[in-house]
Amino acid sequence: MSGQQVLVDGYTQGPLLVLDEPLSIWGGVDSHTGRIVDERHPQFGETVRRKIIVLPHGRGSSSSSSVLAEMLRRGTGPAGIVLEKPDSILVIGSLIANRLYGSTCPVVVSPVLGDTGGLWQISAGGLTKIS
Amino acid sequence: MDLLVAMGEAEGATHLIDIEAAHVDGCLYLGQAGLDFVLTLVDGGGRVKVPTTLNVSSLDLLHPDLYRGDPATAEAARSVMDAYVDLGCLPTWTCAPYQLPSRPGLGQQIAWGESNAIVFANSVLGARTNRYGDFMDICCALTGRAPFSGLHTEEGRRATVHIVLNAPDRALDSDLLYPLLGHVVGQTCGTRVAVIVGLDARADEDRLKALGAAAATAGSVGMFHAVGVTPEAPSLSAALAGENVEVVSVDSTALQAARDELTTATGSLGAVSVGTPHMSIAELRTLASLAAGRKTAVPFYVNTSRDVLSSAEQAGLGSSLEAFGATVVTDTCTYVTPIMKPVVGYVMTNSAKWAYYAPANLGVTVGFGSLAECVESAIAGQRVAAEDLW
Repeated sequence: MSGQQVLVDGYTQGPLLVLDEPLSIWGGVDSHTGRIVDERHPQFGETVRRKIIVLPHGRGSSSSSSVLAEMLRRGTGPAGIVLEKPDSILVIGSLIANRLYGSTCPVVVSPVLGDTGGLWQISAGGLTKIS
Repeated sequence: MDLLVAMGEAEGATHLIDIEAAHVDGCLYLGQAGLDFVLTLVDGGGRVKVPTTLNVSSLDLLHPDLYRGDPATAEAARSVMDAYVDLGCLPTWTCAPYQLPSRPGLGQQIAWGESNAIVFANSVLGARTNRYGDFMDICCALTGRAPFSGLHTEEGRRATVHIVLNAPDRALDSDLLYPLLGHVVGQTCGTRVAVIVGLDARADEDRLKALGAAAATAGSVGMFHAVGVTPEAPSLSAALAGENVEVVSVDSTALQAARDELTTATGSLGAVSVGTPHMSIAELRTLASLAAGRKTAVPFYVNTSRDVLSSAEQAGLGSSLEAFGATVVTDTCTYVTPIMKPVVGYVMTNSAKWAYYAPANLGVTVGFGSLAECVESAIAGQRVAAEDLW
């Protein structure tokens, strides 16, 4: 897979939620529900739960790793994360939740080409469309 | 250590370096995961290897009666705080560790969490840290090591965006300029390092703090340069990564748009909150002089560190803040924990960061203004725009 880099490995599948702007998970997402609560964000009101979220990179708070880990503990977190460029704050949140709770939330750097609908997966080969 | 290696690989680092200090942001209680993590470290006998300061927590230990939240949450929050102290971290409880007597200097390699502190350390102090998230900061502190990449490296600190400030000269005298400029810088730069041309010595540390905090909120900015002001930008060419970088002009229209964006206020003035990031002693002096002999008509919250508050009390500022009717909050901040009494109407603040996060965190609307405007509005009980926007 050209242009892909697996930052946190693991297998997941789900629909994509494409975020048009960077998102601060802390202060931007409600960890109890997975809903985006940053009113300035274009995807305000949508939920990240069990979605593969696609975003340019994280934003803002360095507490976002804690909130991501908490969401993965609660089961309100995303199924996977697709970035345009590496973001260590999101990577560490996923890694810690995996160590503590065995949760799976692979993080990859990958372009998303074509129609973003349907079902997608992240595997050792990166992000691919299933159907 | 294996987490450091995993992180380093993700960032393309070739090796780990020694660090001289750390600042840990994980002591704010955000749910069970943070507590489970730090207790795992304590159970494993963890101990920090370098001097490590702690960020704001969820509790004001000096003024515990201010807490209005759920007791079970407070108990968990206290457990997180105690656990980080057990690891050998210093109970500083501030998001402005750069205001503490011992702070890192030019060229020192450090590992800091807290987005505003990171940008201040890199930009104003010339110390070198990447943007460390919760968990990663304490891993660096426990090992005394960090992956050598990004803002730790010489080339990673060079600007790839050139910001030209086109505002009237008198705008530089106003406290309003700096957070608004920071907001625009954050939106423009994303993760990139910017060099700003058009600031001068009037951009003191408190104003650079406001600029950086806003930039790290609206974007993922870890560092900026201001030519002739910050230590690694004696000239434009010294700060730039190369000749072909994007040039962005920021004029009064863009700054006004930023102000509008940060203002969600409706209804009447319900409260005022200042000091995000924590107020410095210089800012507390200014506040005390603005407030002298006057009285606030609405709840007025002042966030600062216990260290700065102690200096303020020694300087006799405490009594004038009390006479004004201010509620001083230490160890935490009004937008991360339930401290403010229920607000009818909107909250006014001089912080772009507070203005950005409070609506989602607290469910309030916000009016943005300078410190002087916040004080005048608090006394009048309604918004007073003392400064026009140039």
